[in-house]
Amino acid sequence: MALENKAFSRMLSRYYGIYSGSFIAFVVLLGIAEQMGVANETIGYMFLAATVGLYAGIGILSRTADITEYYVAGRRVPAIFNGMATGSDWMSAASFIGMAGTLYLSGFDGLAFIIGWTGGYVLVALLLAPYLRKFGQFTIPDFLAARYGGNLARSLGVVAVLLTSFVYVVAQIYGVGLITSRFLGLEFTLGVFVGLSGILMCSFLGGMRAVTWTQVAQYIILIIAYLVPVVMLSQRVTEVPVPQLMYGQVLQKLSEREQVIFNDPAQRQAQALFKDRSQELETRIGELPALAGGERERLAKELAAAKASAREPIPHTRPFRGEGEKEEAEARRNFLALVFCLMVGTAGLPHILIRYYTTPSVKEARESVFWSLFFISLLYATAPSLAVLAKFEVYTRLIGTSIADLPSWVAAWGKVGLVRIDDINGDGLLQLAELTLDPDVIVLATPEIAGLPYVVTGLVAAGGLAAALSTADGLLLAIANTLSHDVYYKMIDNSASTKRRMRISKGLLLVVAVVAAYVASLKPGNILFMVAWAFSIAASAFFPALVLGIFWKRANRYGAISGMIVGLGVCLFYLLGVRFYGMTPWFGIKDIASGVFGVPAGVLTILAVSLLTPAPGKDIQKLVEYCRYPRLGETRADE
Amino acid sequence: MQVSEKHKAYWRKNLQMTGLLLAIWFVVTFVFSFYARALNEFTFIGFPLGFYFAAQGSPVIYVVIIWYYARYMNKLDRRYNVQELEEE
Repeated sequence: MALENKAFSRMLSRYYGIYSGSFIAFVVLLGIAEQMGVANETIGYMFLAATVGLYAGIGILSRTADITEYYVAGRRVPAIFNGMATGSDWMSAASFIGMAGTLYLSGFDGLAFIIGWTGGYVLVALLLAPYLRKFGQFTIPDFLAARYGGNLARSLGVVAVLLTSFVYVVAQIYGVGLITSRFLGLEFTLGVFVGLSGILMCSFLGGMRAVTWTQVAQYIILIIAYLVPVVMLSQRVTEVPVPQLMYGQVLQKLSEREQVIFNDPAQRQAQALFKDRSQELETRIGELPALAGGERERLAKELAAAKASAREPIPHTRPFRGEGEKEEAEARRNFLALVFCLMVGTAGLPHILIRYYTTPSVKEARESVFWSLFFISLLYATAPSLAVLAKFEVYTRLIGTSIADLPSWVAAWGKVGLVRIDDINGDGLLQLAELTLDPDVIVLATPEIAGLPYVVTGLVAAGGLAAALSTADGLLLAIANTLSHDVYYKMIDNSASTKRRMRISKGLLLVVAVVAAYVASLKPGNILFMVAWAFSIAASAFFPALVLGIFWKRANRYGAISGMIVGLGVCLFYLLGVRFYGMTPWFGIKDIASGVFGVPAGVLTILAVSLLTPAPGKDIQKLVEYCRYPRLGETRADE
Repeated sequence: MQVSEKHKAYWRKNLQMTGLLLAIWFVVTFVFSFYARALNEFTFIGFPLGFYFAAQGSPVIYVVIIWYYARYMNKLDRRYNVQELEEE
C-alpha cells in the first residue's frame, strides 16, 4: 500500500505538472491571440469555456459508484494534494476578489481577516485534524453521534451544518453570477446557472473524489491568477517582482504621501463639503413622510456615502480606528473578538474538517494541515501587499491629478459602478474624499493598473471563478452528504443498500444545488453579510463539543447536547438581537463577532452539565482512546 | 486493547507540545495584536512591526507551528511505537 501510495503521488504530480504547463501555455496563446486582434469578449468566453469544461471533464473522469470514494475520496488523497484542495475549498470568491480591497479600505483593521483565517488552521492542526482522521468516518455529525451517543447529538450537528453552509454556498453561487456577468456581459441569472452546471457536473458524478481532484486543479488556476498581476504590479512600482518583501519600502513612501494628501487644504475643503451634504441629507430624510420607503432607502445610501467621504482618513498602518480613546479601545476589542471568531470558526467549518477524512493516514492528516495553510498563505500573505501597492498607485497617480486626465481603468470600472468620482469642490482635481472605490475593484483592476494586456484580466476572472466554484463544490457536498448520510442513512433507513444511498445522495445534491442557485438568482443583498456569521455560528455550535470530545473524557452526552444548544443559542440571540432588534451590544462588540460569547457559553455549559451528570460509559472512553493514538494495539485488529 | 503507561506518557508529551504551541499561537495572535500600536513604533525591513506581524509575520509563524507539530508528532509516534502500520 505504501508503495502504491508513492506511485499514486508521483502519478498525480506528473498529471498536475502537465496540467499547469498546459494552462500557462493556454494563457500565453490567448495573449498572442489578443495581440493579433482577437476581441476581449472572445478571450473572456474562451477562459470560461476552457476552465469550466476542464472542471466538468475532471468530474466525468472521476465519476464513481463507490460509497467511500463518493464521501471521502477513497481516503487516499496525499497530504500535499489535500492541502491544495483544502486551499481552494477554503478560499472563496470573497477571499479572492474582496480581501485585498477590504485591506485597501480598512488598512490595519482589515488584517483581522488575514490573522483569523490563517491562525484558525493552528487549531485545526493541533486540536482536530489528526483525531478526526483517526476516528475516520464520513461527516462531522458522525463524530458527535459516536462520541455523544445517539441521534440527538447528530441532529444538532446536522442543523449546525445547514446553518453554516447554506448561506455560504448561496454567496459563492452569487459570486459566480457576478463574475460571469461583469466579464462576459452574461445576464446575471444565466451566469448563475452556467456556474451551477459547472459545479454539478463535477460533484454530482464523482462526489468527494471528483471535487478533490477538481479543487486541486482550481487551486493551481486561482493562485496563478492571483500572483501574476501582483508580481507585475510590484515590478512596475518597485522594480523587484517579489511583492511580499518589497512592499515595506512602498509602505514608507505611502506614509509620506498620506501626510501630504490628508493635509491638503483642498482635501479638507472636500471633507467639509461632504459633511455639509450629509447634514442636509439627514434633514431631508427626517422630513420624509413615513411611507416613502424607496426614497428613504436611496437617501440613506447617499447619506452613508457622504458620511464615509467626510470622515477623516487615517494612515494605512494605524491600528484601531476610532474618534477618541473610548472608540479606539472599542475598535481594538472588536478586532480581537473578530480574530477569535474567525479562528475558532475556521476550526468548526464542516466542509473544511471533512477534508481531513480523505488522507491515507493520521500522519498525512497532520502534514496535510501544514500544506493547507502553506498554500492558503501564498494568497493571504500577498493580499496585504497588493492592497499597499494599489493604494500607492492610486495615491500617487490619481489623487491630486486632473479628473479629465485619469487613467482609462477608472472610467471603465466607473461604468459598472465600482468607482465613483464626485468633484464636490469643483476644482477639476481629484481629492481623496472625492474618490469612492468598491472593495472588489482592487483585484479586478490590478491588471489594468499595472498596464497588462486584457488576457491577464481574463485570467483574474478565471481565478475568481475557480475560487467561487471550488468553495461552492465543497460546501454543497458537505450539505448533501450530511443530509443523505446523517439524516437518511443513519436516522431514517439504516438498512438502505449502497446503491440506494448513492441515489439519495445525488438526488439531494441536485435539490440543494438548485435551491441555492435559485436563492442566489434573487440577488438577496442581505444574505451576503450573513456569510460572515457562518464563522461565529460554526465556532459556537461545533468547536466546544468537538475539542472537549477529544481532550476531555469526562464530557458526556448531556453536557455536549446542552452545550451545543446554549452555544448556538447565545450566538444566534446576540447576532439577531444586535442586527435586527436594536439590542445594545455587550462591550460594544459587533454582531459579526457574536461567537466571542457563544463559544465560552458552550464550553462552560459542557463542563458544568457533564460534571453534574454521570460519566460516559466504558465504550465511549474506549472511543476517545482510539482517536487519541494513531495505533493502540500491536496490530490494527487489536484496537 | 488496554492503554499502557507508555501510551499515557505519549499522550502527556502530546499535551505538553500542544500546550506550548498554543501558547505561542496565543501570544502571536492576541498579545501582539493588542499591542499593535506600541509595536508599530519599531521598524522591521521597512514595515512598522505591529503591521508586519498582522500582515505577514503571524501567518508565517502559524505555518511554522503546524509544520513543527507534524514533524514532532510523527517522530513521537515512532518513538512510542504508536505509529500506524503500513497496510499490507
